[in-house]
Amino acid sequence: MNIHEYQAKQLLREYGVPVSDGRVVLRAEEAKTAAGELDGPIWVVKAQIHAGGRGKGRFREAAAGTAGGVRFAGSVSEAAEKAQKMLGRTLVTKQTGAAGKQVNRIYIEEGSDIERELYLAVLVDRNTSRVGFVSSTEGGMDIEEVARSTPGKILSFTVDPATGLQPYHGRRVAFALGLEGKQVKQCVSLIRTLYKMFIERDMEMLEINPLIVTNGGDLKCLDAKMGFDSNALYRQKDVMALRDETEEDPKELAASRFDLNYIALNGEIGCMVNGAGLAMATMDIIKLHGAEPANFLDVGGGATKEKVTEAFKIITSDPNVKGILVNIFGGIMRCDIIADGVIAAVKEVGLNVPLVVRLEGTNVDKGKEIIAASGLNVIAADSLKDGAGKIVAAVKG
Amino acid sequence: MAVLVDKHTRVICQGFTGSQGTFHSEQAIAYGTRMVGGVTPGKGGMMHLDLPVFNSVHEARAVTGADASVIYVPPPFAADSILEAVDAGMELICCITEGIPVLDMIKVKRVLEGSGSVLIGPNCPGIITPDACKIGIMPGHIHKRGSVGVVSRSGTLTYEAVQQTSDVGLGQSTCVGIGGDPIKGTEYIDVLEWFLADDETESILMIGEIGGAAEENAAEFLASERKKGRWKPTAGFIAGRTAPPGRRMGHAGAIVSGGKGGAEDKIETMRSAGIVVADSPAGLGEAVLKAIAGREE
Repeated sequence: MNIHEYQAKQLLREYGVPVSDGRVVLRAEEAKTAAGELDGPIWVVKAQIHAGGRGKGRFREAAAGTAGGVRFAGSVSEAAEKAQKMLGRTLVTKQTGAAGKQVNRIYIEEGSDIERELYLAVLVDRNTSRVGFVSSTEGGMDIEEVARSTPGKILSFTVDPATGLQPYHGRRVAFALGLEGKQVKQCVSLIRTLYKMFIERDMEMLEINPLIVTNGGDLKCLDAKMGFDSNALYRQKDVMALRDETEEDPKELAASRFDLNYIALNGEIGCMVNGAGLAMATMDIIKLHGAEPANFLDVGGGATKEKVTEAFKIITSDPNVKGILVNIFGGIMRCDIIADGVIAAVKEVGLNVPLVVRLEGTNVDKGKEIIAASGLNVIAADSLKDGAGKIVAAVKG
Repeated sequence: MAVLVDKHTRVICQGFTGSQGTFHSEQAIAYGTRMVGGVTPGKGGMMHLDLPVFNSVHEARAVTGADASVIYVPPPFAADSILEAVDAGMELICCITEGIPVLDMIKVKRVLEGSGSVLIGPNCPGIITPDACKIGIMPGHIHKRGSVGVVSRSGTLTYEAVQQTSDVGLGQSTCVGIGGDPIKGTEYIDVLEWFLADDETESILMIGEIGGAAEENAAEFLASERKKGRWKPTAGFIAGRTAPPGRRMGHAGAIVSGGKGGAEDKIETMRSAGIVVADSPAGLGEAVLKAIAGREE
């Protein structure tokens, strides 16, 4: 789960990490008051969406102006005006896709004077099964680009969970970043605090880009991005309260309420599958047969008839769907339950597109009987290949 | 002898009296797995499915002589259950639970280092040696005792692989589901090493998916073993060629991030190691036959 920059900074502030003072604005009329509470002489006005590349992004609407999602203002009224221009408009960045994302929140922040820009991140390192740090002297840049072009400018290491973070970890970062004097101490303290937050809040990613050295020689976090482990949200009620559902695809949101794993894609063939690996493989085989999947959907191991019905409704609510492939290899999931769910769903929402059902595994005969006895126009398939071939033929003609 | 489990393996179940533990223990017993008891704290002394229930893994192991434990405990308590099994000296621990916080698994992984325990999973279907021992949630009837060692990060896609290797007449020596989480007890390399050393395993089918670099590491391992003269015909498949970057595809570990973990890189590394990689998930059985015939795609 991701949160907005302003929420991440609020969390950093609670842990005593240096960030600029700022105010979040949800309605245009609040902008002037918010900006007025901050000291100038520079105000930074930042669109809050769950996607990177905001500064270099562009708005779809001409009324939002030609500048990106991060703008600078020299007065309170200018800051308010810039916030109002962005609010409610659609920002397109390299991470949002062509459709862009609607900006529903603006963060207005006091400007900072910048001596140096650095990079810092904490993450879960899969290779070592530990929490790792990544730091670089090249702040404000895409770290993947730095890793490609100048890997020598990156320092990364992992922390042994048996000892936890030690002061030397902080010193390593400080000296690798070329910090001196009081900055070394500030860096050791920052690294210790970020690690503490990461563990206490069950994060999976924390990125400070850039971390700056101000003209006064102090460290400060100028931008912050945080991702949290969704498996741990049950013990992170405060974090869960930061979830912004307007950032999520409505179909994905509906699916998550029924504990279904659904991801919207751009193709024409809706899929309903049990198991994540088989669901991905089903998407792949649709593509191999010359069509595109409309979604990823894993109904899970313990799906009920109701859950299957909901899954079916979500798939059919996508206007791009021209055909549906149900692919079930029953293990714990019984084929008769899937069959019941599919029949119930078709009766409830109707069926205007071809439907191919491939059932295999536990109670397969019972499942096939239920489908056959329903009298509905369902095309039965005997294998994965057969199913993919039949649905693509039905859609493409 | 197959890998890790056979008809002599004595198995207990943690979370034994819960609905999942009960259902799958019944299935395992019906399959012929030597279940010898279970653990549910506070219910020690009871009988369940005609087997003794214990309060702790230590006690269960001491009384039953169990060498393996399967865990069906909800995610908030699962790491604790794994750690208890390690502490009790269980040789094989198989954790089915999906949804364990990743920071919990970091601790578990650290404790496993230098311990005598092997952890399979979490978030996995389990391990099966056909007609001998089934530990986990896979449907037993699709398996057929044979010569292909199957290793996979997925559950149902493994069933697909099993069925296809049965259909082409090869059958399976042992199938190991290592699980869909980013941090897990056993990686491909561990299982491949066991398959290479196992007499009954004549060929290998490795099912991977997007995210991480475990498939690449495994391919490099096989290539380096091949240089030493150790090799078995190996086929593979990678799911998620059509998955969009930056999205988590159901499994916590199935994500292409920062341009890393994509399917094409994995497939290329596997092919250059001499693995026959199927383009279609419907071609898994055929791919194994091709690998055995020594032909490459």
